[in-house]
Amino acid sequence: MEFFVFGCAALMILVGAVGVITRSHPVHAALSLVLTLFGVAVLFVAQEAHFLAAVQVIVYAGAIVVLFLFVIMLLGVDRVENLRTEPLTAQRPLAVIVSLGLIGILVAAFTTGSGALHERGEGINIPDLSTGTDANTTQLAESIFSKYVVAFEVTSVLLVVAVVGTVLLSRRIKSVEVETSK
Amino acid sequence: MIAALLVPTATWYLVLSAILFGIGTFGVLVRRNPLVMFMCIELMLNAVNLSFVTLARKLNDINGQTIVFFVMVVAAAEVVVGLGIIVAIMRNRSSVTADDLTELNG
Repeated sequence: MEFFVFGCAALMILVGAVGVITRSHPVHAALSLVLTLFGVAVLFVAQEAHFLAAVQVIVYAGAIVVLFLFVIMLLGVDRVENLRTEPLTAQRPLAVIVSLGLIGILVAAFTTGSGALHERGEGINIPDLSTGTDANTTQLAESIFSKYVVAFEVTSVLLVVAVVGTVLLSRRIKSVEVETSK
Repeated sequence: MIAALLVPTATWYLVLSAILFGIGTFGVLVRRNPLVMFMCIELMLNAVNLSFVTLARKLNDINGQTIVFFVMVVAAAEVVVGLGIIVAIMRNRSSVTADDLTELNG
């Protein structure tokens, strides 16, 4: 059963990822990204990370992809890009070598180093359907709001800075435009 | 015997995340549209999140899932700022390829 879930999710992830880098239309690439993000959410559920799976669907597949599509439409760049031409000579073969080498190094590290992994935490609570409480969400909340509460508060500062910075960036500054027009 | 071999172990998930990371790297290196390059960076972030969750289950440690939560928040902030920069750059241009941004070219 878990093999079937893993196979389907892995297929979704890989098809979506290849779609992102091969589709010449930006909107199609963004929709392929949704497929990949849903596949990752399925694998989160398969590994008992239920809260993160919900956040993955809401934040990534919901908010971030909608933001991408919004910017694509706003800028009017939803036209087909010519992928046949290669702007820099020999860039693509070198990119193939780099990414395949990266995959090879990572896979070698995972296969050889997996024996060195040993359990070190207090354990992950598996959600129990009979009690009706989601143990994963409870445990994650206890971790965030006790041990990492300072990081959580700093995160709120980061979000405020990001929002204010984006508003400043995307706003037209009238005085500068007047100066340049003179 | 075969049924025991077909249970996905942590190595399967880690190899999948490595492949996803490699595909994202290839996309960032090859694609010329800044928006698609951003999507490939999202692919790489998701690969890392997947490996964090896998190792959280493998090591029986909830902190692996906690850091994925923070990575998601930082990724959301990064996308917002990045798309704001792209909008600010591209508003007065017709074409949108990374090769056209050559103002600093000496």
